[in-house]
Amino acid sequence: MSIDQSTAAKVAKLARIKVEDDALPALADEFNNILGFIEQLNEVDVEGVEPMTSVTPQRLKRRADEVTDGSQQDKVLANAPDAREGFFAVPKVVE
Amino acid sequence: MSDLNKLGLAEARDALRKGETTSVELTEACLKAIDAADALNAFVHKTPEIAMERAKAADERIKAGGAPSMCGLPVGIKDLFCTKGVPSQAASKILEGFKPEYESTVSQKLADAGSVMLGKLNMDEFAMGSSNETSVYGNAVSPWRRGNDDAQLTPGGSSGGSASAVAADLCLAATGTDTGGSIRQPAAFTGTVGIKPTYGRCSRWGIVAFASSLDQAGPMTKSVRDAAIMLEAMCGHDPKDSTSAELAVPDFEAMLTGDIRGKKIGIPKEYRMDGMPGEIGKLWADGAEMLKAAGAEIVDISLPHTKYALPAYYVIAPAEASSNLARYDGVRYGRRATLEAGDGITEMYEKTRAEGFGHEVQRRVMVGTYVLSAGFYDAYYNRARRVRTLIKKDFEDAFAAGVDAILTPATPSAAFGLGEMTEADPVQMYLNDVFTVTVNLAGLPGVAVPAGLDSQGLPLGLQLIGKPWEEGDLLNTAYALENAAGFVAKPQQWW
Repeated sequence: MSIDQSTAAKVAKLARIKVEDDALPALADEFNNILGFIEQLNEVDVEGVEPMTSVTPQRLKRRADEVTDGSQQDKVLANAPDAREGFFAVPKVVE
Repeated sequence: MSDLNKLGLAEARDALRKGETTSVELTEACLKAIDAADALNAFVHKTPEIAMERAKAADERIKAGGAPSMCGLPVGIKDLFCTKGVPSQAASKILEGFKPEYESTVSQKLADAGSVMLGKLNMDEFAMGSSNETSVYGNAVSPWRRGNDDAQLTPGGSSGGSASAVAADLCLAATGTDTGGSIRQPAAFTGTVGIKPTYGRCSRWGIVAFASSLDQAGPMTKSVRDAAIMLEAMCGHDPKDSTSAELAVPDFEAMLTGDIRGKKIGIPKEYRMDGMPGEIGKLWADGAEMLKAAGAEIVDISLPHTKYALPAYYVIAPAEASSNLARYDGVRYGRRATLEAGDGITEMYEKTRAEGFGHEVQRRVMVGTYVLSAGFYDAYYNRARRVRTLIKKDFEDAFAAGVDAILTPATPSAAFGLGEMTEADPVQMYLNDVFTVTVNLAGLPGVAVPAGLDSQGLPLGLQLIGKPWEEGDLLNTAYALENAAGFVAKPQQWW
């Protein structure tokens, strides 16, 4: 499986990372190099093997569905690059 | 007492109990050593005020009696741990200015035990790297050198600042984290001890997430005894981490008897890689001889899927990272790119992440995005998770056959020079983790123990891998190896 420039551009878009057009060929090469290394996995017979979901055989614990926390608006917003009137502020999303 | 910063945790604890020194004196000695060691670039955010305040409180607590072992002992904290009111950037530009409003469970537990935080330690950006060269703070530098050659060497990564600081006696011990070898490889490169506990032993809450199914915190120390003491303070069940194990924490230090008679130590033939340097092969054989002389039985074992651990890791870890790092969007915390008129929210995301993430992090996020994307999920991600099941089964089979621990080299070479791998392709750098990454995939405890020096005078380490939840037994075997190896070398101070 070889990645071309348009696939590299698509992946960058999905990852929401801006990549300039002139950087795409090098990026595609890097992907191909890493994916070439990963291709070794195709040598393994995985027929009937379950994909691992948890490395320790434990069920994820559940807690009661109740409010245990809250009223920390100042703390939640304290590190925001742009917070106004108790909200996170972002560029216009809808016209 | 002089050179208090050179003490280990156990020695310092004992000196505090006997009233031979105070936490304030220990802390002052470390702060002085830190200020004289800017050339190592290990401490990237110093917290002397917090340190002195905690040292004074610790001295009071020790005087009152009944203080825990870690009380009054000055340690460094890897920048990956969120520390309340103190910059916690994961060595990334994207978290510039981030000061958490909360404290990670592990650093809180250390504080509750009375230990003294000296500051935050350098690391690879988001713990992605094996040489501490991807940090926004610049490289951390090893205190070790090749004889009289003044070329700067890597302390390893990603916990490079932790390893450098402990090896250079800037602190008594430090926290690290390990996703594919990030505690054990830097420990081996710097002649220090580092243990990654069983997955679930230490709470991951408040530690900046890289690959959540692999990440574990652990101590980096000057001796196996110190590792036992500090690990006990770091681990334990935490309701805030749903994968944290609800198991009692044993007294690891009390388990250090040094008696390993009758223990069965496995030597996996697949770890004898093509092109392994002779010095590494000899160190490994010597280590096996030492354990045998201490009464252990050495047996050859096979872990047949070893070869596939790194490729599986480089699917699973980037996949989880791409998901975990989606949160850095320039909205809730950290740094937002400067926008141009007319830029919408998508441009904000894309510019913020392009400016904020370094090259290696961008590459891994995008590889992870690719292997999780429609059409490739089964071929890459699910296949890697199946291989992971097989890798874990290899270990389970070895333990079921009666093996108590497994001995391997910790790294394929001694520390390399900073900049030496710049031209190499990323896969070459990934090979640093070839002996350690299997342990993360299988969720097992693994410890790196310094075992010798190479011909250039650089430290080399061996790794012991244990059964799940048996860190105490594993540390005892490591203790026997440490006693037999008698590693005492220290870097000569040039900084």
